[in-house]
Amino acid sequence: MMESITASNRLRKGKDKIIYFLVCSFSFLAMIPLFLILWDVVSKGYKNFNIRLFTEVTPSSMDALLANMNDEPIPGGILNGITGTILIVGLAILFSVPLGLSIGIYLADNHGKRFAKVVSYLTDLLQGMPSIVIGIIAYAWVVKPLGGYSALAGSVALTIMMLPMIVRSTEETLKMLPYAYKEAGLALGASYTNVVFKILLPSGFGGIFTGILLAISRVMGETAPLMLTALGASVVNWNVMEPTSAIPLLIWDFYNDPNLVDLIWSSSLLLLIVIFLLNWTAKIVARKWKV
Amino acid sequence: MNPILELKEVSVSYTPGKNAVDKVTTEIYPNTITAIMGPSGCGKSTLLRAINRMHDLYPHIKTTGEILLKDKNVLEMDAMKVRRLVGMVFQQPNPFPTMSIYDNVLAGYTLNGIRLKKREKDEIVQHSLKSVALWEEVKDVMTKRGSFLSGGQQQRLCIARTLALKPEVLLMDEPTSALDPISTNKIEELLLELKKEFTIIVVTHNMSQAARISDNSMFMYLGELIEHGNTTQMFTKPKNKRTEEYLTGVFG
Amino acid sequence: MKDRIFRLALFIAALTILLLTAGIIYALVSRSLDTFAEYGIWGFIANPEWDPRSATEEYGALSFIMGTLYTAFFALFICIPFSLSVALFNGEYFKGTKISSAVSSVVDLLAGIPSIVYGLWGFYSVRPIVIELGVNAQGFGIFLSSIVLAIMIIPYASSLSAEFISMVPNRMKEGAYSLGATRMEVIQRISLPTAASGIVASYILALGRALGETMAVTMLIGNTDRIPRGLRDTGNTMASVIANQFGEADGLKLSALIAIGLLLFIITAIINLIAKLAMKKLSAV
Repeated sequence: MMESITASNRLRKGKDKIIYFLVCSFSFLAMIPLFLILWDVVSKGYKNFNIRLFTEVTPSSMDALLANMNDEPIPGGILNGITGTILIVGLAILFSVPLGLSIGIYLADNHGKRFAKVVSYLTDLLQGMPSIVIGIIAYAWVVKPLGGYSALAGSVALTIMMLPMIVRSTEETLKMLPYAYKEAGLALGASYTNVVFKILLPSGFGGIFTGILLAISRVMGETAPLMLTALGASVVNWNVMEPTSAIPLLIWDFYNDPNLVDLIWSSSLLLLIVIFLLNWTAKIVARKWKV
Repeated sequence: MNPILELKEVSVSYTPGKNAVDKVTTEIYPNTITAIMGPSGCGKSTLLRAINRMHDLYPHIKTTGEILLKDKNVLEMDAMKVRRLVGMVFQQPNPFPTMSIYDNVLAGYTLNGIRLKKREKDEIVQHSLKSVALWEEVKDVMTKRGSFLSGGQQQRLCIARTLALKPEVLLMDEPTSALDPISTNKIEELLLELKKEFTIIVVTHNMSQAARISDNSMFMYLGELIEHGNTTQMFTKPKNKRTEEYLTGVFG
Repeated sequence: MKDRIFRLALFIAALTILLLTAGIIYALVSRSLDTFAEYGIWGFIANPEWDPRSATEEYGALSFIMGTLYTAFFALFICIPFSLSVALFNGEYFKGTKISSAVSSVVDLLAGIPSIVYGLWGFYSVRPIVIELGVNAQGFGIFLSSIVLAIMIIPYASSLSAEFISMVPNRMKEGAYSLGATRMEVIQRISLPTAASGIVASYILALGRALGETMAVTMLIGNTDRIPRGLRDTGNTMASVIANQFGEADGLKLSALIAIGLLLFIITAIINLIAKLAMKKLSAV
């Protein structure tokens, strides 16, 4: 009797150790792709990561072919993509931040009400929508009626993507603030408007700003919706009604053009650096302005 | 002497047909401390919050009756004005986290959009902090945020914030229940000092606190005001049997 | 007065979500009508033929629906052991430690990498391995895209399940430990069952991600317009066929592609609804 318990105890402890080992090793394996991807992008991208990337527009396929034949580095950079990303994402920020904040404040303050529940559910619905479908929407809403691809259409697509993220982070942050702040403000005789702008939003700044930064970093690398809306351009364009390029769109172009393949990795490197910087800043902001 | 605050048949209900505070009628006189006591759920906080219209925040809460502040019914006045005239200090110290100590004291002014000259601001801050005996402790760290202060200091800062608006009446909802005994002691001394200038109503769970600081006491039970009178008298010779049972610890 | 205007503005902002959703549904439905009129809804869904040549023009969505289901479920299958391990690592074994926050920031970074970069990596670095393994000659196909897709959804599945696992109350676990259970037994009998519906919900959400993922899949799946004959075969998903063919499409083809977008929208909406219900069940416990 005692012996069999000891034996089964040994078995149980053995199983316990095996599971522990498996959990640790699979967790370790799950992290490896990040380092493989970073290694790929950095080791292949640093060669062309130079000042020309930022100062010159995409070369034509022909120029690149000639350079390749002469064993020279391909001329040109991705200036048109950088400016395009700034334009499209910038517009999307302009659209989505004020709207997202307002909706977030509304939801935080009215939760439990039927209308707020509907809005909240639809926000989830928008958040789960595949980016390619959002591309179709912006195509139907903007490209078709205006008769052409444009930066505006691209930023409408990105706005639809960013909006639910900003709404959620604003709502969650405000809900986490102690109710006492709001009451204390009102107890001093302040108006609701002043309580929101002078107490709630400043107190929740960390969480809200983090949410906005993460939303920006998420749409920064989006390609699919832009293919259907902004299309791309080989020149620097600041006109919102004209087709415009963006860094991820250029990566897609380079991928499809064997002559320009060398620019893939330096552009990806730049994109990753920007995205990681945004994520990193978001983390710092979240930690520093923690309520 | 005229009462500063008169309550006439004040009822508050969270759900229709059920009164959390039931037809309370009483008078509060200037420059006194009144303690409201009673077991949990007796409606003491609910009554307190009716006086500065905090119930307005929740549309389902209904307040009826009359609450006369210097003969004017606060239930018919502008809620924001009422809250400036009747200050409130909460159970948990809640200095605004994004504002410095200095700005916290002035929060009532900035939130109400009142512009002040630098000299006026300095004066108000200094005077308010001195009246809560916090001035000496924080005068060199005015620009720091209020959140690094100790719990007791934070609570005094919150009182200063309320005093800065020079209210007629000061409501306090268990202001020391989140504090340690030493801080509690300081706040109690402060209240005795403050009653020279203000009228104070304090909800407390702590009977000995009520005995130490209050001039008058109210005992509430199941939403009703059972007894209201001189504290010493109530603690020694309560008129009502339930008051006596509560004070002697039979229930509560 | 100012308050009333402010509150009204907030309300109007919230109203735009309603308008947006209505506009989205209208845009998708009105532009798919041609397709449904031509083939009928079921006729479109159940038809595996996709032939844009003008003489024999015919459009059906089944190939892409099957391609989507193959890739997404296979990716989910691959991702489970990894994401569950990460979830247990962060939510149970090393809950609240420095190493756990390091692991979760690495996993977070995985979530930050854009789809197109995953596609590049899959094309240049994973595809040669798949060819080496002898899966198929070119490397492209369901197998390759599912592997990359699995890596992409690990962060989504693991961070949410870790949260649910870490929420299991200590008193429950302590009860089991006091009876002499090993850690593994506590996980098996207490933590996982308690967090079960939350974990299921996070996998459903991850599945939703996988269904709609576009760029990486477009670059790796091989882009053939027929039902895949197995995991080694090439194919197309609903998202990848839109990305690939939208640019040059017009007329009935454009309408058919938008109809596929509508179907994808409906499928992901249902998946998200199920996940939400699963989580609601948990919070009711």
